[in-house]
Amino acid sequence: MSKATSNGQQLWNKVPKANAELFALTYGALVTEVVRDADENLATVNEKLEKIGYSIGIRCVDEFLAKSNSPYCKTLAETAEVLGKTAFRMFLGIVVDVVQHSPSSFSLNFQDNPLSLFVELPENYKELEYSILYCGVIRGALEMLNYKVDCQFVKSPLKGDDTHEIKVDVKQVMSDGAGEDYQEE
Amino acid sequence: MVFLHLFIVNKSGGLIHHRALSPKAPQIGTNEWLRIGSTFHSLYAIANEASPMKLSQNKNVSGADDGIEEIQADGLVLRCLQTRTGIKFVVTAEPGTSDIDQVLREIYILYTDCALKDPFYELEMPIRCELFTTSVDALIRTMERSARLGIR
Repeated sequence: MSKATSNGQQLWNKVPKANAELFALTYGALVTEVVRDADENLATVNEKLEKIGYSIGIRCVDEFLAKSNSPYCKTLAETAEVLGKTAFRMFLGIVVDVVQHSPSSFSLNFQDNPLSLFVELPENYKELEYSILYCGVIRGALEMLNYKVDCQFVKSPLKGDDTHEIKVDVKQVMSDGAGEDYQEE
Repeated sequence: MVFLHLFIVNKSGGLIHHRALSPKAPQIGTNEWLRIGSTFHSLYAIANEASPMKLSQNKNVSGADDGIEEIQADGLVLRCLQTRTGIKFVVTAEPGTSDIDQVLREIYILYTDCALKDPFYELEMPIRCELFTTSVDALIRTMERSARLGIR
């Protein structure tokens, strides 16, 4: 078992748990509310849910860093490991497989999705990315760590695939410090 | 061993929180604290740039980059924890105070639990959460008590 995995297991044992059904139903209520608000325009719904996730991500990244004490990541591959094996485990208690595609992109694969416990998408809602919240969370969290990423679901059992797959593409690595205007010639 | 002050600086150098941790702490107005906060932020950035080489292994597990980690003076120790998201937690204490590092890490956890999870708290803005301040006070009291017991 890798360091990231065992660390994730330990953290999961420590954090307070919420009832899984309550969690799934609460998220379901939120999604239907957003659907109603957006007059069933599913593109808007996806966008809104992603934005909610983003707001969660930029905050919960600090909780993760404060509580996990995970070592510094020097490469994106390490960051991906920690994200999939430690962070997902700590917050959701699920086991995630991390697959590297290239130095700037990776995928997170998982079977269990606590958000969509009771969900079946009706025929006319096939465009709805029900769990797009995760993408927002990942985008927000990585943005706080200077990675600008694109994040999307490529596979979801709600759409007939056998597993969940979230693909993350790093668009840009921002640098700390003074902006370019202030750099010496 | 006495903890004196805590101040928190956001990633753009603005002071988002400051409070005295003991009655012994010098009385300094909020305006001065704002100035101290942003001055410290700049000095940290300068120290970072001026460092002749990057430390190969970051000593600070939850800290970010090289910069000012500790300042020692005859009457004071200042210790700083910069998180990887760029927030600086700084605690000053009387010389000889142990466990400042641990206090900083605990305060970071309290910040994530009390301030960040408050839906009405806006990122980068001053922290005005009672829960946070009372938890910090409780933490400092426990730390000081256990240190006193340890000495005896």
